[in-house]
Amino acid sequence: MSAVPAIELRSITKTFGKVVANKNVNLSANHGEILSILGENGSGKTTLMNMISGIYFPDEGHIFINGEETVITSPKDAFAYKIGMIHQHFKLVDVFSAAENIVLGIEDGAYNLKRSTEEIREICDKYGFELDLDKKVYTMSVSEKQTVEIIKVLYRGADILILDEPTAVLTPQETEKLFKVLRSMRDAGKCIIIITHKLHEVLSLSDRVSVLRKGEYVGTVKTCDTSESELTEMMVGKKVELNIHRAEPNDAKLRLCVSNITCTDRQGTVVLDDVSFEAYSGEILGIAGIAGSGQRELLESIAGLQHLNCGEIIYYDPETGEEENLRDKTPVQIRDMGVRLSFVPEDRLGMGLVGNMDIVDNMMLRSYSKGHSVFLRRKDPRDLAERIINDLEVVTPGANTPVRRLSGGNVQKVLVGREIAASPTVLMVAYPVRGLDINSSYLIYNLLNEQKEKGVCVIFVGEDLDVLLALCDRIMVIGSGRITGCVDARGTTKEQIGLLMTKSREDVR
Amino acid sequence: MTNEMIKPHHKEPLIHIVKRDDMVWWKAWLIRIATIIVAVFAVGGISMLLTGNDFSQTYETFYRGVLGRLDEGNTTMLWQYLQDVAILLCLALALTPAFKMRFWNCGAEGQALMGGLAAMICMRELGELPYWAQIIIIVVTSILAGALWGFIPAIFKAFFNTNETLFTLMMNYIAIQLVAYYVVVGSNGNTVLPTSSSGNLPIIAENEYLLNVLVVAVLSVIAFFYLKYSKHGYEISVVGESQNTARYIGINVKKVIIRTMLISGAVCGIAGMLLVAGTDHSINTNTIEGQGFTAIMISWLGQFNPFIMMLMTAVVIFVGNGFGKVTERSNLDKSFADIATGIVILCVVGCEFFIHYSIKFRSSKKEAKK
Amino acid sequence: MIIAFFCRAVLLGVPLLYGSTGEIVTEKSGHLNLGIPGIMYVGAISGVCGSFIYEHLCNNDIANMNPFLAVLIPFFCSVLGSVFMGLLYSFFTVTLRVNQNVTGLAITTFGIGIGNFFGASIAKLVESEITSVTLSKTSSFFCAKLPFADKLGWFGKLFLSFDFMTYLAIAIAIAASIVLNRTRVGLNLRAVGENPATADAAGINVIRYKYLATCIGSAIAGLGGLQYVMAYADGVWSNNAFGDRGWMAIALVIFALWKPSVAILGSFLFGALCNAPTFVKGLGTDAMKLFEMLPYVVTIIVLVFTSMRKKREHQPPESLGLNYFREDR
Repeated sequence: MSAVPAIELRSITKTFGKVVANKNVNLSANHGEILSILGENGSGKTTLMNMISGIYFPDEGHIFINGEETVITSPKDAFAYKIGMIHQHFKLVDVFSAAENIVLGIEDGAYNLKRSTEEIREICDKYGFELDLDKKVYTMSVSEKQTVEIIKVLYRGADILILDEPTAVLTPQETEKLFKVLRSMRDAGKCIIIITHKLHEVLSLSDRVSVLRKGEYVGTVKTCDTSESELTEMMVGKKVELNIHRAEPNDAKLRLCVSNITCTDRQGTVVLDDVSFEAYSGEILGIAGIAGSGQRELLESIAGLQHLNCGEIIYYDPETGEEENLRDKTPVQIRDMGVRLSFVPEDRLGMGLVGNMDIVDNMMLRSYSKGHSVFLRRKDPRDLAERIINDLEVVTPGANTPVRRLSGGNVQKVLVGREIAASPTVLMVAYPVRGLDINSSYLIYNLLNEQKEKGVCVIFVGEDLDVLLALCDRIMVIGSGRITGCVDARGTTKEQIGLLMTKSREDVR
Repeated sequence: MTNEMIKPHHKEPLIHIVKRDDMVWWKAWLIRIATIIVAVFAVGGISMLLTGNDFSQTYETFYRGVLGRLDEGNTTMLWQYLQDVAILLCLALALTPAFKMRFWNCGAEGQALMGGLAAMICMRELGELPYWAQIIIIVVTSILAGALWGFIPAIFKAFFNTNETLFTLMMNYIAIQLVAYYVVVGSNGNTVLPTSSSGNLPIIAENEYLLNVLVVAVLSVIAFFYLKYSKHGYEISVVGESQNTARYIGINVKKVIIRTMLISGAVCGIAGMLLVAGTDHSINTNTIEGQGFTAIMISWLGQFNPFIMMLMTAVVIFVGNGFGKVTERSNLDKSFADIATGIVILCVVGCEFFIHYSIKFRSSKKEAKK
Repeated sequence: MIIAFFCRAVLLGVPLLYGSTGEIVTEKSGHLNLGIPGIMYVGAISGVCGSFIYEHLCNNDIANMNPFLAVLIPFFCSVLGSVFMGLLYSFFTVTLRVNQNVTGLAITTFGIGIGNFFGASIAKLVESEITSVTLSKTSSFFCAKLPFADKLGWFGKLFLSFDFMTYLAIAIAIAASIVLNRTRVGLNLRAVGENPATADAAGINVIRYKYLATCIGSAIAGLGGLQYVMAYADGVWSNNAFGDRGWMAIALVIFALWKPSVAILGSFLFGALCNAPTFVKGLGTDAMKLFEMLPYVVTIIVLVFTSMRKKREHQPPESLGLNYFREDR
């Protein structure tokens, strides 16, 4: 391979309004190499890569491909330079088949889907992918969709492959499989850039690591010369204690008992299949599983947002000791029964909050209907908003700023703050640290631990198995809508959980 | 490897569009008002070309055409103008809660016609009842008729997510046919319904338009507080912004959709009643004059704020009536007014682009660096 | 009797077919063009203007007129007029990213205004009593039928007795269907309408596709207006005569599940419904008014039924009505 770097960035700067996403970033990657770009959430990794793939256009700076200065104004230009990017949020058309998605946008010769399918199959065989090319994307699992994305890039003959957080949605086993494919592509001379914030992946996969912090370039090191703690320091800027505090649960009492619930979605597919479990006060119950295995439906069933085909959800009131069945109750009915249930949903701006409303109005979401007046009372929510802004250090111009304008971490603080302010007895959180930087993540973990020590029953749906293992008391694994196991978090390994996650899938097939 | 590459054009884009959030309110309004003025003068220019009139003639006709001879103390035209504004504003007010809920109610025309039809039927049939009873029945039935026309598409939207844009549109035509039917029946096979002398709304201060103007002014204030400070208004915003959030906090989305459309239809019904029982005393298929569609644009231009809507209505009616008069005087067809309205509205919605986005010219920056 | 009914149904359906094929092409790019009713007016009046000028150049004498020019000039003018309106719509929605519903409605107001204004102006030029323009000579060229159609009895009447614009409408619908489903352009266009961000990342020029689809769609829709004036109304333009056919065409798109081939049958069905009142014997004027509701009621019933179906392939393009900005975060 040539000595000139496959791609080189010089003093790239990009701003969005007043937000500086990238400032003066320098970077280079060679053929036959895997380069990791490491950085916290919000450090500008994705923005930087989007500029290489032509989605964004840099405000300043130069891009060199194979030593030549180039201007990339659109994804089409990027393809011409043999750059292919696999986005974190897959760019696929749901109603198209795999093959249609792969050939999309290519303009050479006559359109012949049959011939193209043959060519795609060859690529699949070469790298060992298994995929039904006629399958419609909306019926696919996440890892199948990712496979489509990778083949799409390879089919265009990309030499430089960029992968944005490719392992976020995969099981440990699927991750290993992906890494194998990536290594074989590196050995074939391709330049591979992988964006991630998971340190152990960086260490096991890449040849070199470039670190970004708050949009600025920190430095590049060879993987063999570095350690986890050095990388963390580069990434965060100071020494960080990477241990999550975990107290022993005390006085655990049965708070929630879910038995045999089954639930189907609108298309009639079973999304929850005979799920039963118990949750106790003063503990954090983790729920692990591949994305879309029924976690959302499970939490929504408890919150009164899903219609159940059968089964029961019994709540044990800690004050009166009474049992209440939550099945087929609306959120309002549950609240009126005196059940203090808080829920931080996965989709923060699309479900938990209203993006275009200010913080005060978002505080009212749960409480606006109180009282008999026809008109709203904005005083209490305003006080609550001010309190949350102060206590959780929300960075915002004021309580009247639309939530949409806040950064991801601050949005989450507002949401979690509101849900905890209702002093819940059951607190359900779904992917609470997704997209958050390390400091915000730890703030959330601490809040959850605080609730646990107060005797709240916390149910935590997570994707990062390391976090689940460090934070939770018990971990329940869900696969294809079934509970495939429930283990004590203190004596389990990641691989065991990974096996539980995939095991059920093969069983179902 | 490298020589196989197809080289894309080696040129930086000349302009680059960036989103922005931070324009101060007075600057934004300056842009909007400037756009309106420029648009009005541009259309005026076109009309001058067509008619051959000079500037002062055109704008004299324009101004007199809308406001009449105010300098001579004649306020007839002014009141006519206010009446037109009131009716259009009333329809726009009716549509606003629905739009805020992201329910594209394109059926103001039909809902208002139904209100008017109900009023007309009552006026003709209830002549023997005492006057106050007539008025109460007229008001109630026309509100109910309008609400019914809003209610039907709302249930289907709520339960089956039926496309409300086309549903409400079709409801317009059904209403028009019903009116056409009633006109034929009521006039014994004629095509024009005679004016009714009974059941007319009271005339305040010897001004037949004053009542309408007052009613709509009160409605505007109510609408403002309803949307901004009431619990219903809050629910409407949440449902409009995100149905998922509404579900999550336990708002009954179906109930809100149906309730809001009942209100929307009812206010349209009031508009129809004001027209039929208040001023026209008769009804035909063209009573609403397509204002239902203009109202949709007004509601959008007014950013769902009743007071901005008031301003926009005043502008749009001013332009429409004014150019109607200009072309009428010059023996051109009055449909030029539609063209003028269309152009002005397009300009106003188009100028929002310059408020929400900024354009960066790249070439100049590059040179500056060198 | 049945044959006559069928023929009228087809004639009434053709403008709808043009309109809905045009709207389908536009909607496939993710743009709900509510300006179609106005654009059809513009398409009609542009054609009328073109043929009016040509008839005058030929001194209103049919002997001087070249049949090809007599057809081509209005045709070309019509396309030009509607493409201009399409450009206007796409400039506002694609480039300026204005709300599509509002732009569409404004375009409709504008287009109907243009249609009526020029219609009335021409009528004044020829000093006609009522606001209508008669172009029977041009119309006679548009209505030219196959010479042997009459000799083939019911078969000829049923299949061969129509003007060429009718066949063209069907041909365009079939062609649109093939392009959308069988070609790369169609694949790219559908991708743009479903998920513009994906299409953009795949290297498709989203802006160009949106502009082209809207303009071509508008041109097709505009021809519907021309066909109405020249073939259906025998060359008579009168203000507002085209009525609400544009809205029916948009409704037909949903009925046809965004498939031009289904739109062919749908438009004939709608034509039959519009036609039904005149074929029921012994209706008074009053009952007639009620009968004229039929197409609207049926449209509503169709809307409700299609909304009850949940199949994924039968849904509108996913990003329909949403404007696209690449750097949205």
